[in-house]
Amino acid sequence: MEFFHKATNFPFMATRKVSYGISLVLIIASFVSLATRGLNLGLDFTGGATVQATFTQAANVEDIRAKLIATGFPDPQVQNFGSSRNVSIRLPPQGPQQNGTVIRTQLENVLKSVDPAVVIGELDVVGPQVGGELRTSAIWALTATLLAIFIYIVIRFHTWRLSSGAILAVLHDPILVLGVFSFTQTSFDLAVVAAVLAVVGYSLNDTVVIFDRIRERFHSNRRLAPALILDQSINQTLSRTIMTKVVTAIVVVALLFLGGPVLRGFSEALLIGIVAGTYSSIYISAAVALDCGLTAEHIFPTVKKEAIDHMP
Amino acid sequence: MLEYARWKYILICAVLAIALLLCMPTLFGQDEALQIATRDRTAIPSAVQADMEKYLREKAVTFTKTYLDNGVLMVRLPNVAEQLKARDSIEDKYSQGYVTALSFAPRMPEWMRKLGLRPIPLGLDLRGGLYLLYQVDVQGAVKQLLEGYEQDIRRALTTAKLPLNDVTTITDPQTAQTVGLRVSLPAGTDVDQVRAIVAKTVPDFTVSTVTLPSGQAVEGRLPQAKIRERQDYAIQQNLTTLRNRVNELGVAEPIVQRQGLDRINVQLPGVQNSAEVKDVLGKVAKLEFRLDDLNGNAYEVAQHGHAPIGTKLYYTKDGQPLLLRREVIATGDELTTANFTTTQDGPTVNVRLDQRAGDRMLKATQANLNHPMAVVYIESRRETVTVNGQKTTRDVTDQKVINNATIRGVFSNNFMITGMTAGEARDLALLLRSGSFAVPIYPVEEHAVGPSLGKENIEKGVDALEIGMAGVFLFMAIYYRIFGLVADVVLLANVVLLTALLSMLGAALSLPGIAGIILTVGMAVDANVLIYERIREELRNGVSPQASIRAGFEKAFSAIFDSNFTAFIAGVVLWILGSGPIRGFAVVLTLGIATSMFTSLMGSRALITLMYGGRRKPARLLI
Repeated sequence: MEFFHKATNFPFMATRKVSYGISLVLIIASFVSLATRGLNLGLDFTGGATVQATFTQAANVEDIRAKLIATGFPDPQVQNFGSSRNVSIRLPPQGPQQNGTVIRTQLENVLKSVDPAVVIGELDVVGPQVGGELRTSAIWALTATLLAIFIYIVIRFHTWRLSSGAILAVLHDPILVLGVFSFTQTSFDLAVVAAVLAVVGYSLNDTVVIFDRIRERFHSNRRLAPALILDQSINQTLSRTIMTKVVTAIVVVALLFLGGPVLRGFSEALLIGIVAGTYSSIYISAAVALDCGLTAEHIFPTVKKEAIDHMP
Repeated sequence: MLEYARWKYILICAVLAIALLLCMPTLFGQDEALQIATRDRTAIPSAVQADMEKYLREKAVTFTKTYLDNGVLMVRLPNVAEQLKARDSIEDKYSQGYVTALSFAPRMPEWMRKLGLRPIPLGLDLRGGLYLLYQVDVQGAVKQLLEGYEQDIRRALTTAKLPLNDVTTITDPQTAQTVGLRVSLPAGTDVDQVRAIVAKTVPDFTVSTVTLPSGQAVEGRLPQAKIRERQDYAIQQNLTTLRNRVNELGVAEPIVQRQGLDRINVQLPGVQNSAEVKDVLGKVAKLEFRLDDLNGNAYEVAQHGHAPIGTKLYYTKDGQPLLLRREVIATGDELTTANFTTTQDGPTVNVRLDQRAGDRMLKATQANLNHPMAVVYIESRRETVTVNGQKTTRDVTDQKVINNATIRGVFSNNFMITGMTAGEARDLALLLRSGSFAVPIYPVEEHAVGPSLGKENIEKGVDALEIGMAGVFLFMAIYYRIFGLVADVVLLANVVLLTALLSMLGAALSLPGIAGIILTVGMAVDANVLIYERIREELRNGVSPQASIRAGFEKAFSAIFDSNFTAFIAGVVLWILGSGPIRGFAVVLTLGIATSMFTSLMGSRALITLMYGGRRKPARLLI
């Protein structure tokens, strides 16, 4: 079985203005959405109020959650805590005039309606301080990662033009994922952060495979026009690019539909990222390198140079 | 014909065999368990084990088995409901002398346990427990060091009969970090001589002379490397102390690790009783032995607030003022052991001092027979207070005299401290035993994660992952036929290897780790796809089957290597710089790339060579 029985010959370089346009529109839309709507940050980032309650009998977590929502607490987290009688409740921040005593009274009413003899512990309002710090550390880690990748590609492929293409293509994908999460206001929690990292990994993987083919094509055909070489390289790896993505998508779709609510955001982010990553590797990475003026001379400055390793 | 070195086959088989053994415990799975330990950390006698078994049966709790593991009683239970029931029952009757923790017990056979094999520990998000994040006061570590240097410099200058106005600390305006000392000098002082003495006293300082509006001064700055070294030392020391304390608590599979520059995170799986744990873990306690000062009147000093020179005012637990001499005979850092016992004087901590402190104690008690001596307990903590609706934190140090008794006989390094309740004595012994923190630590974040949610999470996630993987296997077999089946075998081997590595390292698996596994599976599939697509390309160009296989592996290598190595770099950087979920992801990704490179390149080549490598050339390939 094969997706492309014959060698494909799509003119990716000729139509690159169109793909730039599409990407630009999507990226701008993402930024606009991020600026106006923001992300619906999960409790991991926002903090909120937490309280622990002890019931006289095993507590029905779902029932408590439903009653809290009905009272006007959006998106509460209700969990068993230690024993079936202990319940821990986490509430997102209730707007700027968050008032501990008001929340407590409302909470008490709800919990007493479930079990009149419930014992409610102290209400702690947790600040978002750590969330903010994680954000800074994540941004630092990502910047350092992109820099390291940039340098590695320069070393392996001898040109910053390909590095730039790779970095732009890689940046493209998390922005779109964040954009979609902002637009749909899906809860953005730490699992989604992990998914975004995985997306960066996938996109990079694809891009490097295409670059490897570009290097090989330039090696055997120094005289052909760069645009033609890039088109050939993308077309020749197209079957593999799509095949790999389909395989990964199988796992992700299984997680999306069967993984339960905790993995939903995570798998959604992965799925969006895989689509965006495939697009950016095919349409953006090599095109950017071409517009940076990539020629065979950049990858093989001297005529005779063995660039492909021969290891097992 | 295709050839593949024999040693490579042997290597692959050996690695796979070891990996299979290592991941066996994980494959056997774990049972819910209840862990019961005595409050004073003594071993549970088997009589009590029999009692508890009988009691649990009376309460109609179904349990699989109970056994003693290092003096801790483990009760294996069939499900969470029984686990919670068992815990509630035990706590109702035995909460006096025993602590319980919800835990897991591996289902593997006894001989595996004896070999020291362990299943992959699950992260808190997957199994529940207590998560604590502590901030280490690294600035304080540098300040402490500088305070010592200040004393040294003052002493050296006094010895050299050189005058000085003041010694102040230098703060870096950008980082707000204390970086050195400034010795301001009166006019006419020999600045160069002072400079030489400062440089000689503190060799670590970079010394310079500055002219300030107020006059000449000598500045000594610590190089950034020295500051970092000092901070690292403080964190390492605090890590050790925290680890000791966690071990004293007897929690199964605790994780205590440094996080970022100045934080330590502690994960205690199964522990839900946060109050007690937090109390013991985070306590910054010091102990000082001082002689009473009998000349001054403590009550007068308490009213006027001026303690005579050489004395300091303290309060006892009952709030009585007490004047003590400034010099400290011994501190809690100089202890070698501390045990809790009960004597006729009530709860007692049995203390043994090290040699130097023992000598000082001997001298002090010889010279001061029938003179009272006090034990001062110093505790630092950070309080959150609400001022005008704003939450602010402030550091509080409590100092109180826990014991003040007349020296009845001469003693040196072995003695007892009394005058506390049983709980206080027990905690004090534990704190003294585990050592004190080099610099204070403060909790930044703490929360408990419910285990029932974790259980549901992991079951659904694992089911979905298995179904997804099955889909991938099927798809590969259809798309690449025989070669697809080879890829499936290789993928399976990759998962086995990764599981083995993770359980060997004892790195806890969390939700982001699962993301890493999915990415790794994707990359492993990708490596095979790259090879097979290359083989197909060669076949399309009319190359013979065996030559196509060889060319496929060789030409795909650079693409596989580069794409994997780029991801590997990303993984390593994220591992080093990331924290929490990002690190969890990076660990699995980095290890997974290593295993998938091994299995895809070596494993699949070995298999394919076995199948198609013979002298009889295959007419066509099923690809």
